[in-house]
Amino acid sequence: MKPYNFFLVGVGGQGTLLASDVLALVGIKVGYDVKKSEIHGMAQRGGSVTSQVRWAEKVYSPLVSRGEADYYLAFERLEGLRYIEYLRLGGVAIINDYKIPPVSVNVGADEYPDEERTQRILREVTERVYFVPAMQIAEAVGNARTNNVVLLGALSSFLDVPPESWLEVISERVPQRYIEINRQAFLRGRQAIKIADLPKKTNRV
Amino acid sequence: MAIGAAYAGARALAAMKNVGVNVAADALFAASVSGVEGALVIVSADDPSLHSSGNEQDNRRYAKFARIPCLEPTDSQEAKDLVGVAFEISHQFDTPVLLRTTTRISHSHSLVEVGSRHVQEPASPREYRIDVTKYVTVPAHAFLRRPVVEERITRLSAYAETFRFNRIEIGDRRLGIVTNGISYQHAKEVFPQASFLVLGMTYPLPTEMVRRFATEVKQLIVIEEVDPFIEEEIKLMGIPARGKDIFPSIGELNPEIVRERAIVAGLLPAAAGAKVKEPDKGHLPARPPILCPGCPHRGIYYIAHKLKLVVNGDIGCYTLSFQPPLNATHTCGCMGQSIGVAHGMAKAGVAHRPVAAIGDSTFFHAGMPALVNVAYNQSNVITVILDNRATAMTGHQDNPGTGKTLQGKDTVEIEFEPLARAMGIEETYTVDPYDLATVERVFRHCLKTDKPAVIISRRECALLPKARKEWKSLRVNAERCNGCGLCFRVGCPAVLASEEVDERTHRYKARLDPLLCTGCEICAQVCARKAILTRAQL
Repeated sequence: MKPYNFFLVGVGGQGTLLASDVLALVGIKVGYDVKKSEIHGMAQRGGSVTSQVRWAEKVYSPLVSRGEADYYLAFERLEGLRYIEYLRLGGVAIINDYKIPPVSVNVGADEYPDEERTQRILREVTERVYFVPAMQIAEAVGNARTNNVVLLGALSSFLDVPPESWLEVISERVPQRYIEINRQAFLRGRQAIKIADLPKKTNRV
Repeated sequence: MAIGAAYAGARALAAMKNVGVNVAADALFAASVSGVEGALVIVSADDPSLHSSGNEQDNRRYAKFARIPCLEPTDSQEAKDLVGVAFEISHQFDTPVLLRTTTRISHSHSLVEVGSRHVQEPASPREYRIDVTKYVTVPAHAFLRRPVVEERITRLSAYAETFRFNRIEIGDRRLGIVTNGISYQHAKEVFPQASFLVLGMTYPLPTEMVRRFATEVKQLIVIEEVDPFIEEEIKLMGIPARGKDIFPSIGELNPEIVRERAIVAGLLPAAAGAKVKEPDKGHLPARPPILCPGCPHRGIYYIAHKLKLVVNGDIGCYTLSFQPPLNATHTCGCMGQSIGVAHGMAKAGVAHRPVAAIGDSTFFHAGMPALVNVAYNQSNVITVILDNRATAMTGHQDNPGTGKTLQGKDTVEIEFEPLARAMGIEETYTVDPYDLATVERVFRHCLKTDKPAVIISRRECALLPKARKEWKSLRVNAERCNGCGLCFRVGCPAVLASEEVDERTHRYKARLDPLLCTGCEICAQVCARKAILTRAQL
């Protein structure tokens, strides 16, 4: 079984940890040994939250080293830059096309990186960068809080895991009355990655 | 409490962070002397790299210091299994047991197989066995326990030789790695073929097992986080070992660090190094944790900043007030420090009026003796008790001021004002921190009197379920806003710079993020032009 390393980063409150829970459970469902690690100390207070998930036949360390993540999933544009060195050269970066400026930017003490600088930094690591308008999609589906599931949908396009496996895990993790809306969010996120962008070898189910 | 339960014959467990053991230490040493009737396990969740702590102390040293065994899991399965084992060892050897984890064990998930439950129903009520010589640790009795405690460690050391969580994995004999906890996992990534001695009990060491392992490998190294705790013991045995001359004693380990240091030490070829591309990111704005939108503490600290107060702070969400732009907390070390430090500064004769700020939960936990001291000495410390009706930072647990237990049952609601008055502090006031004018008025009053004062800031945390239901995001009237930036100075993450620039000031006008703003109206009160619409105006 091909091993995968995932690195997730977001802003406290965006649902990064729920996404990493789902990612871990999906790996277990399809037969991997899985370990995941997270730092969520004070993150609810709007700080940066990271989570690492590893799928392999046998996982030892729960930590992903720099340059060893196959997939980098960022819930916000600035966070998309913050730990990009964890992505392997040529790996896949999926970034929520959404800005939450930190307080230092709001008071004018700092500058939010512009588009040109953002692209330049990302391209030093990989050309395979996918900006997904997850917030817009989530709002269109009916609830902005599903933006994390939209991003999982986008990630799922790249993996040889049937979408049903993802949807079953998601259904178990969200309140029952939100199952359908999360299902829609996941599928729309999956559709956000065009087939032409996927590597030729992928069997998209 | 755990000790009392263990004295009564129960199996008791108390869990805390590394620094928590500092608070528990007095009781822990006493329990080590007396031993237990049932079983007593102390979980110490250490924090290499200080992900959310004020210091990196390695609590394995407490085990040696207190003459109790230390157990360490290498993954979630062992973390579960070792609890039951710890209870058994505690009962069998009549000793408290330290079960020690680090952050990458505590905040990691891995697959666990569960066994079947064995429910032990104790007799109710319990029969209590009186043993005054053992449990009243006056010097004459404690002296009798000294050789018992020393002999206990000798017996545990013999037990460690066949302890199933201590194991030798023989692979390539050129390198023998002694390791513990999460370091084992990192080392397996970097040295998959090496020989390992994995220690599930890191105090006392299985000395014969260590000696045997040392003879079976060509070179012995120790891979452990923070202190060279195992390394020192091995060297004391006269066995040559390398450890902290290769691997860092500051911060946590990970496979990358282990690999890079091993290459430098010549244990791995240079080609083993990772191909890491560090892109030239330049400076990225930091995103530290800050006070949430709607946080009631913001009202207090905005005024403290305005009045240029020097504030001795404490541990909780409100510690985050030290951040710019509030810049309103100037010391914070450990739980309960605020009032004592302010008091000490008063006694040292500082020019500024001493002000302490402490949360409701922290106050119950550690602030009360310090406030008694202030009242008793009639010192002019102003103590702000930040009552947001919850222990917010650790997940909104209830506390003695909320009227509910952790299990959700109704109970007494201990009130701060009568408590302060009972201590003899007459200048005691309760304010709503959302009402900036009142907060300022009360502060100014207390600053004018030279007496001890208590200001209770009472307003529930914005994230509590009842508060969430009341959220209503406000709006900036862009026509009235001139981009003066005063509202940014409250440091609220919901107050953002809009794309619109004011014609005269050439500064970005403000806007409020509809997903983040809770409608606390603190920014609206600060605005000099009434450009932020309040709930009433919307």
